[in-house]
Parts: sequence; C-alpha cells; structure tokens
Amino acid sequence: MSQSDRGGLGRRNILKAGAALGGAAISGFPMIASGQGRQPIKVGMPTILSGRVAQLGVSSRNAVMMEVERFNAAGGLDGRPIEVIVRDSRGVPAEAARIAREMISSDGVDLLLDGEPSSGGFAVHEVVRESGTLTIHLNSETSSLTADPKQRFWNAFRVARVGIHDSIAGGAYAAEIVKARNLKRWMTVSPDYAYGRDTTAEFMEYLRHFAPDVQVIGETWPKLFQPDYTENVTRLVQGRPQAIYSCLWAGDLVTFVEQASLYGLFNQSQFFAVNMADYTTLQQVKALPRGVHSGNRYLKNFPDVPGNLSFAEEYHRRYNTYPTNWSWQSATAVHLLVAALKKVGGTDPRKLAEALRGMTIESPFGADGKVTMRAEDQTLVGYAIGWGTTIPNDPYVEGMKTADWNMIFRLEQEWKKAKGWA
Amino acid sequence: MDLGELASCLGSTSCVVTQVSAGLTIGMLLFLVASGLTLIFGVLGLVNFAHGTLYMLGAYFALSAYGATGSFLAAVLAGALGVALAGLVMERFLLSRIYGTDVLMQLLVCYAIILILDDVVKIVWGGDFLKMDLPEAFRRPPLLLAGGIVPFYYLVLFGITAAIALLLAFGMGHTRFGRTVRAAAVNPGMVGALGINTTVVYAAVFGIGALLAGLAGALSAPIRSVVPGAGVSILIESFIVTVIGGMGSIWGALAASLLLGFTRSFGSIGFPLFTEGLMFLIMALVLLVKPSGLAGKRQA
Repeated sequence: MSQSDRGGLGRRNILKAGAALGGAAISGFPMIASGQGRQPIKVGMPTILSGRVAQLGVSSRNAVMMEVERFNAAGGLDGRPIEVIVRDSRGVPAEAARIAREMISSDGVDLLLDGEPSSGGFAVHEVVRESGTLTIHLNSETSSLTADPKQRFWNAFRVARVGIHDSIAGGAYAAEIVKARNLKRWMTVSPDYAYGRDTTAEFMEYLRHFAPDVQVIGETWPKLFQPDYTENVTRLVQGRPQAIYSCLWAGDLVTFVEQASLYGLFNQSQFFAVNMADYTTLQQVKALPRGVHSGNRYLKNFPDVPGNLSFAEEYHRRYNTYPTNWSWQSATAVHLLVAALKKVGGTDPRKLAEALRGMTIESPFGADGKVTMRAEDQTLVGYAIGWGTTIPNDPYVEGMKTADWNMIFRLEQEWKKAKGWA
Repeated sequence: MDLGELASCLGSTSCVVTQVSAGLTIGMLLFLVASGLTLIFGVLGLVNFAHGTLYMLGAYFALSAYGATGSFLAAVLAGALGVALAGLVMERFLLSRIYGTDVLMQLLVCYAIILILDDVVKIVWGGDFLKMDLPEAFRRPPLLLAGGIVPFYYLVLFGITAAIALLLAFGMGHTRFGRTVRAAAVNPGMVGALGINTTVVYAAVFGIGALLAGLAGALSAPIRSVVPGAGVSILIESFIVTVIGGMGSIWGALAASLLLGFTRSFGSIGFPLFTEGLMFLIMALVLLVKPSGLAGKRQA
C-alpha cells in the first residue's frame, strides 16, 4: 500500500507543501527573505474614536496617518516603514490602559503615540512607567503630567500644548480686556476632572496676576461628557457675572453654548472659552455668538505661514474636513519622532529618548518657525499661542494676539517653584 | 456647600422662577422616561435596564427624521413611534421570555441589548457626537417672567410633557384598557381567566413604556447631544426616580421626577459640588425610611 492510500502525508504532499512554503517565503514573508532591514517600525496609538469627542480622536489619527504615509513614501527609515496600530478606548481611561498594555505585550509595538486626552493619558502614563516603552503623549494637556517631577520618567514625552502655558497666555490677554471693559466679576464653568480643575485654577491665578481686581464670584463644575447643562447655565445666569471662563471642550462646549444661548447668557456676560477656536467646535455651534474670546486651538491662518496653510489644505483634501488642535499636535509628534529615528537610525528606546530630549525642529506651528522638546521636563515649547474673538464665518477668529514666550517661561518657572516642582 | 447663595436665591423671585422652570423641565423629561420604566416594572415585573437605550434611539430617530423632512413634528413622531415599534419587537422576541425570571437574567439580557444597540447605532450613524438643530420656530428669545429667565423651548417641552402626563393619568385611571393594565399588575392570572389576552396587554404596556422613552429622547434631541451611550445617565436617574417614587407607581414617578428636577436646579446653587450626590442621598434616605418608595405598595 502506498502512503497516500493510508491518508498520511504522501511524498507528493510534502513536495507540494515545500514548494508552497518556498514560494511564500519569497513573496509572502519579505521580512525573512530580505532580513531585518525591512521590518516595519510598529507604533501603537490608543485614542478615542467614538462618543462625544470622537471627532478629535479621528482628527488625531488622520494627522498621524498623513505624516506617517508621507514618511513611508519617502522611503521610511532606510526602507523601514512605520506601521501604526490604532485602537478605540471609547473615552474610558481603564480601556485606554488595557489597550496600551495589549499593544505592548501582544502586538509588540516599538513605541506608543498616545492619542488620549488627559483622562486616558494618565492611565497610559502609568502603564508605560512600568513597561519602559517610549511614549509620546499627543493630546494630554494637564500641566502636571510633565511639570510634576513625580510624573516624570525617561521614556514619556508630551507634544500637546500645556494647560499652564495657555493659562499664562490667556490670563495676560484677558487682563487687557478686563482693563478695557472693566470686567471685575467672573464665574467659571469647567469640566470636573484634572484638566478642568487645574486649567481653570491656573487661568484665574494668572488673570489675577495681571489684573488684581478680578473677583471669582462663583464656580460650577459639570461632569465630563455631561448630557445636560441646564443646572450649570441657570447657576451662571443667577450669578450675573460680567465675564465667564470655561475650558469645556469639543462636544461638551458645543452643547453648553447651545443651552446657554437658550438662556441668553452671552448677552449679559463676556465669554472666554479657551477651547472654542477649533474648526470642529466652531462649525458645530449653530448660532456662534460673536465676540467670544478664544485661544487658537487650530487655525489655518495662525501662524500665518505657508507651511501651516499647506498642512490645512492637504489635510482637507484627504479628509474633507479641517485639522483640529489634536491634528497639529499629532503631526508635530510624528515630525519629532521621524527626526529622532533618523538621528538614531533605529528604535532603541533609550537612544530615541536621548535624541528627543532638547530636540528643536522646524515647524509650521512654531511661534518663530520652530518648536522644541524641552529636555528638563520632556514637554513641547515654542509652539504658537494666540487669542482673539470669534466671528460667525471663516476664518472664525479675528484680531489674533500672539503670546510672548519669554513671559511664559518666566511665569511658568515661578509657578513651578510655588508648587515645589522646581 | 453654598447655603448663603441658596438662601438669597430662594429670597429672590427671579431666581426662584428661573430655577423652578428649569427644575420642572428637567423633571418632566425625566418623568417621561421614568414613568415608562415604572410602568413596565409594575405590570410586567421586568426591570428594563435597556430603557435608557430606548431613549437614545428616540433621539437618533428624531435626528434622522428631522434631517430628512425638516419637520419637528415628524421628528417627534419618528422618535416616539419608531421606538414604540422597536420596543414591541424587543418585547415579543426577547423580553417576553424573561418575565418573572431572576433579576440577574433580566440584567444580562438587557445589558446585551444595550451593547448591541450601542454598536448598531455606531454602525448606522457613526460614533461621532451629533446635533439636531433647534427648529426655527423655537429660536425665540427667552421669556422674562418676574425677572426670571425661561427659555422658549423649555416652555414648549413642559407643555408637551405635562399634556402627556395628563393623558397617561387619564388613560390609566379612566379607560377600560387602563383598568385592565392595573388589574394585570396585581393579578395576571385572574385577568387571563376573565378571557383577556394578557400577551397583548403585556406587549401594549411595553410598547407604551418604550414610546414614552422614545418621545423623551426625541424631545431632548434639539438641546442635548445625540451620541452612542447617551442612555446611561438617564437610565440611572430613572432608576433613582423609580426607587424614590415606588416601583409601579406613576404618581410616585411624577413626584420623584420633579423632586430630582428641583434637586438638580436648586442643588447646583446650594450644593454645587454635591448635586449628583444629593440625588443619591435622597434615594438612600427613602430606602431607609420607606423602602417601597414614597407611593409604592408594600410587596408581599
């Protein structure tokens, strides 16, 4: 009896299998065929792709993919492309942590581009503190993430704008308006979590630094992603402040503005919304009140340089929408990463971290055409910050005033000393 | 705690008007959802954990209908009737199998429904947060009543929800169907023995409960965001209402909903950092003092 009659692996079958494996090895396993050189650089990206702030997470992913594809098309790192794995945490910090762990242990990523806002960002931060994975936080703005020495370790960097920088810049801008229009009585409405609490406190501190007569006569703290703001709006209406500060963002800000408009809140009070000038938000607020003061989250005409405009236009061409704050931050992270990869020639995390610390690159988003990853606390500085007032149509914000980084550095250092962090 | 602010608010007519109107509106919207929940529990013995999802569906149906037709009436009808239909389907094919079973089983099935519908909604409408425009007809400046501010749309909302509440009260109290439903809640066996088709009654009750939730979702779509997972917070509040008011009692649900509405509106002035906590505290107190709820009947 021949072997094939018994149903075992016949000689023919073994030959067929061998030929198939050989063929696959040549075509389907290029990594093995050509050696280590072509192995992709695996990057993990947890972010939020559903729920109230899905638009922002999507915009972060879009920017990363756009810049990564540009890098890969130009040959990558000596032929090694960057491969990005994106997963949705749905805005749940525990889920973000789980995804990060999974990407590190199961997917074997070389590094993480953490696309979470602070709520998830801190969770991912703890995961990588243990694992030693090189991580760049793209969208977490809470100052303490890098300012607090207890939060600092060698493998975590932050490219997102920082709450304290925005507060100093915002406070200085608002103080001018306070003096011009005599706005002494203020109230605040911000989301009840680290970013909301810290950023509001910081803004108020700097506002009072520049304009000492300002009084905060009341505060209201809605929950993050709260569906209904009626009770907060009525609290504000009741207080009759001359000015209101809010660091509500994205969907929350849109819903709040809509509900507040029902009460005519902005007829009685000047509104300072640090996160208003983002195209997603601006385009979703149906009846955008005129004259809302806002910092630049992302504006294609600020900084007014060709690189910024072309970034916006390419993004718009690919995705049929405009970039957001998370987009420019994510793009800058990729630019820094690429520069570090080229400098190091590989993915060794210690060497990459060494390269990133203190690195300055040309950037269309820089205040002076450059941005720097500050070595001392591993966070981005030198990016363009400006404040202006809203108008109902494109370009949506006018009268942009640029913040002075020397002033920001000075006051930030004092703030750190006061906290015992410097 | 800001008792000083609260006191000065209570002393000022304008503040009282503003907060009472806000509390009434929040409370009545909550009542629509909670009344459906308590009705379903009272008659069917089913703790419908998926009730918040029905509210969310109502908002989505309304959003799509408004986008397609530009008519607010169409949006509200789409929300209410669409969800009533969805509810009937859910009841006939899934939920009728778990009447009378362990609460754990009911929770599992309802949670499965929540997860499935959340994902279906994501597939059909996308994961993004959506907004339904406030129809032009309601874009009027707010009313000034004795110095207090009442948004125009809130008046409309209150009018609609109050009318529904009256209709519900009348329906339950004075129609044959209402009597049948109340009888079925107490003794379904006897109702069946009298030749009344209890399956139809049960389906109808679930349909009505679902309709109320869907209606609430449709009415709140212009002012709140429409997003997957929007049902969670209203579900929790509805449960608090049902516990405080007494499971199965519509009047209890009304009283409790208004209580919660006022807790939110006045609470945000007097207890700005503890408003949510206050609601749970009241619930805990009711559970300690009268576990069957303010208007609940003692369960044997």
